[in-house]
Amino acid sequence: MLLALPTALGVLIAVFFLIRLVPGDVVTQLVGLEATISPQRVAELRALFGLDRPLPVQLGEYLGHIARGNLGRSLRTGVAIGPELLRRFPVTIELAGCGLLVALGIGVPVGVTAALHRGQAGDYLANIFVLLGLSIPSFWLAVLLILAFSLRLGWLPPTGYLAPQEGLSENVRHIVLPALALGLALAAAIARIVRSSLLEVLGRPFTRTARAKGLGERRVVIGHALRNALIPVVTVVGLQFGTLLGGTVIIEQIFSLPGIGRYALEGINLRDYPVVQGTVLAIALAFVLVNVCVDVAYGFLDPRIRYE
Amino acid sequence: MAFSIPASGTSRPVPTPRRWLGRRLLRHPGTRVGGTLLAVIVVAAIAAPILSASDPIHIAPALRLRGPSVAHPLGTDMYGRDTLARVLYGGRLSLAVGVLSVGLALTGGGTLGALAGFWGRWPDALMMRTSDVVLAFPAILLAIALLAFLGGGFWNVVLAIAIVYSAPMARVARGAVLMVRHEEYVEAARAVGAGDALILWRHILPNAAAPVIVESTLRLAFAILAEAALSFLGLGTQPPAPSWGQMIAEGRTVMTFSAWPAIGPGMAITATVLGFNLVGDAIRDALDPHQGTAG
Repeated sequence: MLLALPTALGVLIAVFFLIRLVPGDVVTQLVGLEATISPQRVAELRALFGLDRPLPVQLGEYLGHIARGNLGRSLRTGVAIGPELLRRFPVTIELAGCGLLVALGIGVPVGVTAALHRGQAGDYLANIFVLLGLSIPSFWLAVLLILAFSLRLGWLPPTGYLAPQEGLSENVRHIVLPALALGLALAAAIARIVRSSLLEVLGRPFTRTARAKGLGERRVVIGHALRNALIPVVTVVGLQFGTLLGGTVIIEQIFSLPGIGRYALEGINLRDYPVVQGTVLAIALAFVLVNVCVDVAYGFLDPRIRYE
Repeated sequence: MAFSIPASGTSRPVPTPRRWLGRRLLRHPGTRVGGTLLAVIVVAAIAAPILSASDPIHIAPALRLRGPSVAHPLGTDMYGRDTLARVLYGGRLSLAVGVLSVGLALTGGGTLGALAGFWGRWPDALMMRTSDVVLAFPAILLAIALLAFLGGGFWNVVLAIAIVYSAPMARVARGAVLMVRHEEYVEAARAVGAGDALILWRHILPNAAAPVIVESTLRLAFAILAEAALSFLGLGTQPPAPSWGQMIAEGRTVMTFSAWPAIGPGMAITATVLGFNLVGDAIRDALDPHQGTAG
């Protein structure tokens, strides 16, 4: 778990160098967009980015700013990036959380059904679901969902967002399709791992003992086998949560959700480099934090796992 | 007492490991279905000029948003361009990006991982910490960020995807090398005076290749998906060159009028990714000694 600290520091440094990948430098790129710009303004912009100072000094200043929670200001709007990220973060977290709920809500039952009906129709159907779920691109699924449920059936809004405090039912109506589009691939990955893990656990002696003492099949599966089979699921969720967070960038864009991912793409389209830097940093650090939480969750699920 | 040797008609020669693996692989339904899918897609992409007489970038406003017909089996897009032709030519781009980026990730990441696993100590620690940092970024986000700063275009997309997938490839290669580096045949080679390069090339890599092959096949599926996602966001190959992701993005804007422009490319991506996933799973099953039958 302590390894998360150097990793987080590594992420900070990697993001610092990311902005320096721009061919030429950031200011050259920005100046390229403006036809009439004075050399004085160019010098001001270089100073704004700190590009006129040695690299170690720039890195030190950057880390100092981050430590004080200062992520800079948008080049286009002048708005401070940190507060803007905090304003948008709940939308991204809601989307990722609902995507995870969809993934668990579909993936676990499908995986359990496949394991309990091994070699039968239910297993084959679950396998088809897994293969398709892992192969369909989330953005195409999003387009198909909008086409079916918004444009054809008119059941759900195609785009837009309403915060829960503005009306819970409308909030849910707006988040259903994005969450489905985001969560389906993870549901497939979870179904696959639940199936194989449950099959393995169902063959262990303690499951046989539970059956031998007269417990019903339902209780054996849910009360004994499933709990043990869920440990690898936590691993998969932890590993795939990054995919989920990365996926929010695309899904927020398609459904016009005002989250961090959409903010990142707005920054990219406007060449607003500090915005891109801030959003990438926020999502990557959130992912590092999720991985720490997953490590802690192991300890709860399996008491044999202890961290020194 | 004389021993009788079974007649040649009743005994079956023991297959070599490679032939045995080949048989397991060919018997696996994933290889058959996935391999057929991929073969069809690759042949269709190569034979695009033969399969479709239409020019994929020719604009014909009079034909815009037509449904499927004999002349245009998948209809036309918002500029009147033939969707089938664009799907076929787009396949060339997707497959090229997939193969080149995974090839680059395998060459760069795989080599670094193998060397780190072989040498151990500080090169290993350095590689592990670096890959920790790369893996701390969600893959698609890192690719988006790299393209935001590097700029779009075919080679930058290849490079961005390759950088993103180098870290997992390095991890797998390192793990595979660690598994075999202390095997007796490696110690024996060292005892007879073989150098590091020879041991790594002749003895370790052939025995550590299996997991790397599986990882590469599965990464091809991810790379196709990543390229499509980047093109969808407008960060990949720029118009008018056809790309599946960009076709879906364009189709989305006109789906109130016609769904066809977004259907064809989406199905093409799904079929290609499915093909690579099936073949990857089949190779993994065939290489896994715990799997009783590959079928």
